[in-house]
Formats: sequence, C-alpha cells, structure tokens
Amino acid sequence: MIRQWIGHFIRHIDSILLATVLMVLVVALMVLYSASGQSLLKVNAQLINIVVMLGVMFLVANTQPQHIERIALPAYLLGLALLIAVALVGDISHGARRWLNLGVTKIQPSELMKLAVPIMLSWYFSKRESMLRTADYIVAGVILLTPVLLIAKQPDLGTATLVFASGFYVIFLAGLSWKFIFGSVVAFGAALPILWSMLHDYQRRRVEILIDPSQDPLGAGYHIIQATIAIGSGGTTGKGWLNGTQSQLDFVPERTTDFIFAVFAEEFGLVGCSLLLLLFTIIIGRAFIIASQAKSTFSRLLAGSIAATFFTYCFVNMGMVSGILPVVGIPLPLVSYGGTSLLTLGLSLGLLMSVQSHKRLVATD
Amino acid sequence: MGYSTELKNHQNEQHKFRVRLVFLILLVLSAFSALLGRFYFLQVFRYDYYQTLAENNRISIVPITPNRGLISDRNGIILAHNFFVYTLEITPSKTDGLQDTIAELSSLVEISATDLKRFKKLRAQSHTFESIPIRTHLNEYEAAKFAVNRFRFPGVELKSRLFRHYPYGTLGTHGIGYISRINENDLKQLKESSQLSNYKGTEHIGKAGVEQAYEADLHGVTGFQQVEIDADGRAVRVLSSASPTSGNNIVLSMDAKMQEIAEHEFAGRRGALVAIQPKTGEVLSMVSMPSFDANLFVDGIDFDNWNLLNNSLDKPLINRALKGIYPPGSTFKPFVALAGLESGKRQPPFTISDPGYFTLPNSRHRYRDWKPSGHGAVDMRRAITVSCDTFFYGLAVELGIERLTDFVRHFGFGEKTNIDIQGELSGLLPTPAWKQRRYKQPWYMGETVIVGIGQGYTLVTPMQLAYATATLANNGKAIRPHLVNAIVDSKTNQVKMLPHAIADQLNLNVQNLEIVKLGMMDVTRPGGTAAAVGANAGYDIAAKTGTAQVVGIKQNEKYNEKLIAERHRDHAWFTAYAPAEDPKIAVAVIVENGSHGGSTAGPIARKVMDYYLLGKVPVDPAAAQAAAAAEAAVVNAPEVEEEPHD
Repeated sequence: MIRQWIGHFIRHIDSILLATVLMVLVVALMVLYSASGQSLLKVNAQLINIVVMLGVMFLVANTQPQHIERIALPAYLLGLALLIAVALVGDISHGARRWLNLGVTKIQPSELMKLAVPIMLSWYFSKRESMLRTADYIVAGVILLTPVLLIAKQPDLGTATLVFASGFYVIFLAGLSWKFIFGSVVAFGAALPILWSMLHDYQRRRVEILIDPSQDPLGAGYHIIQATIAIGSGGTTGKGWLNGTQSQLDFVPERTTDFIFAVFAEEFGLVGCSLLLLLFTIIIGRAFIIASQAKSTFSRLLAGSIAATFFTYCFVNMGMVSGILPVVGIPLPLVSYGGTSLLTLGLSLGLLMSVQSHKRLVATD
Repeated sequence: MGYSTELKNHQNEQHKFRVRLVFLILLVLSAFSALLGRFYFLQVFRYDYYQTLAENNRISIVPITPNRGLISDRNGIILAHNFFVYTLEITPSKTDGLQDTIAELSSLVEISATDLKRFKKLRAQSHTFESIPIRTHLNEYEAAKFAVNRFRFPGVELKSRLFRHYPYGTLGTHGIGYISRINENDLKQLKESSQLSNYKGTEHIGKAGVEQAYEADLHGVTGFQQVEIDADGRAVRVLSSASPTSGNNIVLSMDAKMQEIAEHEFAGRRGALVAIQPKTGEVLSMVSMPSFDANLFVDGIDFDNWNLLNNSLDKPLINRALKGIYPPGSTFKPFVALAGLESGKRQPPFTISDPGYFTLPNSRHRYRDWKPSGHGAVDMRRAITVSCDTFFYGLAVELGIERLTDFVRHFGFGEKTNIDIQGELSGLLPTPAWKQRRYKQPWYMGETVIVGIGQGYTLVTPMQLAYATATLANNGKAIRPHLVNAIVDSKTNQVKMLPHAIADQLNLNVQNLEIVKLGMMDVTRPGGTAAAVGANAGYDIAAKTGTAQVVGIKQNEKYNEKLIAERHRDHAWFTAYAPAEDPKIAVAVIVENGSHGGSTAGPIARKVMDYYLLGKVPVDPAAAQAAAAAEAAVVNAPEVEEEPHD
C-alpha cells in the first residue's frame, strides 16, 4: 500500500532533471561550506531550504497542469493587489519599498510574480489559442508591464528585469512577430542617445559605473574586481576546495549569495566552471525537451518560459560575477544561499515535471 | 472547425513553437559559449595576471622595526634606552566617527586633556590612514580592559611598542639629543639618502644631538615579515620573515657623573660648560643650562609644554655650548699673548708701565684698563695673571689685525670645531675683509685695539673656547672634539673606537708656551684674578677669567625692567686646564649675566676638575636635585658687586 503510494508519487518525477539538479545541489553545498568559512550552521540551514524545495517540487509535480491553469488568474490578481499594497504601505529597507508586513511575517510580492506572470500569460495565450490577433499581444503586454513597472518603481530593477524576461519568453514563444521584435530593438537603440541626453550627470555616472565597474575601484567596482581576481586566479584546475585565498580571506564579497560563483570558480578552476555550465545546460536542455513535447499550449509556453528564465538567471549571474554584465542582485540558481530563491526553483521544477508527466494524460485525467 | 483542422492547427502551432524554441536554444548555447570564453580568458589567458593580483591581495609585507641602539656614558651608565609600552592608537580613516570613538574610548581608559592635545597636534601633521597614538603607557589592567572591548572600536588598535626613554630626564639633553616622530622633512631627507625602505615601520628619528648625528648607527636594519592577510588587513599567518638587525650601541665620551655635577653647580643659572680631554678631544661634559626633559619629545610634545619651552626667556631648547655666541673677553688674552711671543713682538724682558689706559698715536681717545689706577710694571706673564688690558691693547695694535687673527685661527676661533653633532655655530673672528663684506666699511685701528682683549666683533661659542684651551694645554696640537667614543656592533659586540682626528698642529716655541702657561697658572694663585678658585686644590690649575658684554643670545624686551637690567649684566667666562704640568682636562664655562668669571664661573670649573682629577663628588646627587629646584627660585636676584673686576 505504502509502496504503491510512493510509486504513484515518484511516477511524476523526471529522473534526468532530478539527478542533474541533485548533482548541482551537492556541488552547491560544498561551495557553501567553503564560502561560509566552513560553517556547518549555514550548510544545515541550506539543507533545510533544499528539503523544503524538493518537497514543493514533489507536490507540484503531482499536480495536473489543468489545476495550475485554474489558479493562473487568481494568483496573478493577488500578486498585483499585493504589489499595489506594497507601493502604498510597504516597509522600506535599504531605500527600497519591497516588503509587505503582514504582522506575522513579511512577504515580498515581487517574488511571487516571477511565476505568477508567466503562468498568467501562458493561460491567457492558451485561452486565445487559434484566434490570436494583434490585440491579444497588446493585452499580453499590459498583463506583463503592469507588475514589471510596479516592481521597477520599488525600486528593484533586478527582479523587474527577471519578471519581464519570464513573461516576455511566453509572449515570444506564443509567436510575437519578428517584425515587432526587431522594430522594438531598433526603436530602443534609436531612443538611447535621446534618453542619455536627458539624464543628469550623476545619473549618467551611475549608469557608467553599472556598465564598467572598474571606473570606481574602491566603491561599486571593488566587488566585481575582487570577484574577477578570484575567478582568474583559479586557473585551469582551481586552487582546490577550501583553498581559495580570495574567498577564504574575505576578499570576495557576498560570497555565499550573489557572488558564490566566484568562490566556486576560484577553487575549482576552468574545469569546474565547464562542468557546472554543462550541468546547467543539461537542466535547460531537458526543460526545453519537456516544453517541445508538451501537448497543451499552456504547458508548452510555461515550460519554455521556465527553461528560458532559468537560463537567464544563470547567465546574468555568472556574467555579472565574471565582469561581462552589469552588477544586478541576482542569485545563481540552486547554488546561492537563500530559501526564497530555492522555493521559486522548487515550484518551477515541479511545474516542469508536472508538464512532463501529465503530457499523455491531457484528455483522460 | 473540424477535428482535422484542429489537429492541423495544433501541429502548426507546435511547429511554430519549436522554431521559437530552437531560437532560444541557440541563444542559450551562444550565451554559455560567451561565458566559457570569458572563463577561458580569465583563468587561462590572463591567469598569471590575476594570480599575481590575488597574491598581492593575500600577502602583505610587514616591517619589523629594529631596536634602537642604546646610548651610554663613558663608564657604561645608560642614558638612552628602550622599553615596551602599550599604546592605544587610532587610524582616523578606519573609525566610524572619530569624535564618537574617542568619547567612547575615554569611558574605558583615561584620556587626559594633554593626551587629546597631543593627538590633535599629531593628527594635523599626519595622514588620515596613519595610526596615531591617543594614549601611551597603558598599564596591564587598562590594556586588558581595552582588549576585551576592542570589537567595539574599529580603527583603534592596542600596540605594544618600544619606546625611547631617557632615564636621567634633563641630564645632558643637548648632547644626547632626542628622537621624535618622523615628519615630512625627515621623509624627504630619508628619500634623498635612499633610506626610506629601511624606515618602513619606523616612527621616530633622531632630531638632535647624538641621537641625530648617529642616526644611521642607532637605527639598525629593518626586518620584514611576509604575512597572509584577510580583506580587512588582519594578519592570518606568517609565511616567511627576515629578522631585523638592532641598532648599534653608542658609548659617549661624556661622563654622566661629571655632567650631573656641572649641571647642579650651575644652580639654576643660565650658561654653558664644556670639558674636554686635551690629548684625545673627548668631550667629558657638555652643559647647556637650563636643560629640558628629552622624554617630552618622544611621543610628540603637547602644546603646553612646547610653548613653555619655546617661549621661555631662558631659551632652554638652545644648546648654548654650540650655538651660544659670546665675545670671549679676557679669555682671549692668552692666545693674543702667544701670537705676540711667536711673532717676536713681545719677547721677555719686555715690560710696560701701565697708567690705566691706552691711547693710539695721534689720538686722545683713552682705551681704559679695567683697573683705573693701572697695574704698574707689567710683563707678559703678569699681564695674563692680572688680565692687564693696557698691555694687550698695545700688543694687538703692534701685531695688526691680520697677523693676530691668522695666528689665533689655528686654535679654532672663527671656525667650527667640527664636533660630531650638528648645529654648531662658527663664531666670528673679525678681519678687515670680513668687515668690508659685512658692513661695506673700512677697518679702524680702534677696532684692532679691543680685539686684543677679546671684545668688539669677536664671538666664540663655549665649545670653541674649550677647544682652544685644550689645544693650548696640548701644546698646540688640536684634536677634533667628539661626543662619541665608540660604537658597539649589535651583531658581533665588537667595539669600534672612533679615531682621534688631529685638526691642526702648531709648532710652538716651548719657552713662549711656558710664559703663557705660567701666567695662567698664576691666575689661580694669590694675586691672580681667580685666586679663590685655586685655593687648596691639591693640583695646579692654569686658568683665565673673562667678561663678555651682553650680545648673542637674543633679549626679549617686553619683560620688566628689573629683569632686563639683570639680563643685561656681563656674562662671566672662566677657562682652565689641569693639572697644569700634565693636562688631563680643559674646561670652558660661561655663566650668563654672572658678572665675574672668577666668582661665578670659576667654582663650577673647579668642582668639575675636582671630580675628574680627585674623584671628589661635591654633594649627594639626589639632594642636589632638590637643592637645584630650591635655588632656581632665587637665581635672578641681582647680585652685589664686591669682587674686583677682572
């Protein structure tokens, strides 16, 4: 009976995805142990986060995509309401209004929107399937931009960018015309010089430092310079686990969270980086396969968006830490320390597995 | 819509979707390739560069300052040494608000107003990233108290540092000198002499006296430690090290006991004394009164003490022995006498009959003798003994200024003695050429007249006069005076004796020398100008008294008339060497505003010679200190003139 129940439960788990994710998590715990100055306390806390994440993943994997479709609109509206509430009565910390104090606990509604927006858009396009018109893209644009602008105003440009990306992938996969995409890119490119001329000197300076941190080596640039030194000094095979001098001697900032990749790269070198990239590629590739095999529009759009968003997280984080992208506060998926990020990932992975395991049951169940 | 259209539609949709997916996959692959390329660039192509940067980050070179060499007197008494003290130091740039930090600190350990003043002064002189002492000499309890609370004070450090200490305080300060914190000027000089790297970590440098002149020996060689540091600069572990070499110890020619006796004998009066071994040039004592406590300068002197010393009418900071310039007065006469004898102008039995004044040919101006009634019949020997002005007026005129100065220059007048510490003045030996240069005026005969008795433009330092006296005692062989006898190598303990440099060698006629020497010996015998000084000595003293009109040391006119009047009195000179037959010590003493060389300066020289030749210690030094303090209160009281003028 129990075995049957477990068997039923496990049926919905995608073994390739799970195995790869677990491998990354093992590496992540090792790096966290090193980055935290060999703190088992931090590793244990992250272990609990991982258990929660896997639990959420199992639960969501066992939920049918149809059920998720059903909560798309309510979840989106709830998220929007909370975002408006934050804008009006949210708590301010570090100069930004991001948190909503519910008395018992504080929540960050923008985090919810990372999934609520793509689910909502996937649902919208699946409803409008086979009768899509230009107007639908305008509606989709409004659905996407409303929460993005609210988040950007908090201000939380990092999360706003990611929420925008996750929704944009849905619209892109739903067939947004190439003409429009190229047209927008060209229009934005043309508008840049005008926008630039409208900025104040200090604002321009900020943008310049964002693009090239080495202009401010003791301030904003310090982090990225130290991270780059950590990565570069790792060499081909790395300095060895627990032996990264940049990491162990506190030169790498935020090294358990946003900059954890620098610790990894220093201690495991180019070989380690290549293997980690490979694991991420397997996860993303597997997610793309799930998306391409999905039978319903909702499933395939959602799965495709999740895969692309996961990629975006990886690329932006590693690009930022290695100094080819501006510094925005984005954690490295599965590797950075923190419960919220893992919870969102658990949901995402669960959704992917749900899509995969329920693809043949579309009509019957 | 039929089922097939729907299916077709569906397949069409899926196809479109897959095209888009392929596009995303290409995006992923190209983005990850870009990342891989970036990692390759950083970790392989630029590996060496980043490896070096990481090592530079990680490794810090920490200098280990060497122990400064000790300074001891000729008998091994330590006059300057080092000891460990706890200091609290603040690096202003690392604190979260300097004022708050200091306020909070003072609730933990006592920080006095003086500490604060010194801190402010040092802060004004240094950069914000330098660490500046706020409190020195913390006791164990205070150090422990801070150590427990140190986490509350970013930018504040408890350091255990070697401090220079001068155990005898004011004793011989002008000769020993002192060290003080390195300033911009010192840095510039260190840079010029490419010594800067050896001073990494060194905070003090010799600023005066032997501490300054023998800096290169005393400082030693800085050691280095390669230390692994974390991002906050804290040392994690030592990787390698090269130990420092301590500075060499220095043995002075100074006799601390004699110095103490001499300083005590000044009894609060201003003046200077120099005692030299004639045959070696070793400076046994170099006194400049009043003195000051060198310890005040070591960790930065505070404003109050500085003002007190710098603005004092007594000018304690000036080394009178080297920088005090005074007319030599009658102490110049033995050298003029020798010039007369050597030139053949005054060979025995030449005698004058002194009417009490001298006149130049074709002039009515009378150059008066100090004794209005005159000395009667005076020959060379007696002229020295009774300090007959008239005799030397005539001699100077007959010699002529050029010949006179050319001769006495061999005794060091008008030139630096080249003693081994810095800052001495060369005094002045006036010549017509000098006067033309200086005043654009011709030389007058009358000026030659008064040069004969050591007045007029002639100026000497006490060091010069002691040196000249020693040279005379040594029969014309001039040995360069020096304060340092030996340098003891800190590594090998080898003692390197410094050579005695012969500065000049005069070939003097023995009979001429004898006349001058006998005249000087008679000075301390009954009938001489300093008969009291020689009484019951037990050895023969050759001496000369003198009076210097007040010039040289600057006067400050804003003080009350009585005081100024006192300070305008003549300075009293006394030069001597003993034992007269085989000189072991030559002394020059000046007591400012002391009036009479025989009565004020002479007794000081006698005490010094008694100590050196007979081992006599006049009073218990501890009691002496107390007595000196008590006497200091009455020194400026005007004295009654009762002794005969020299």
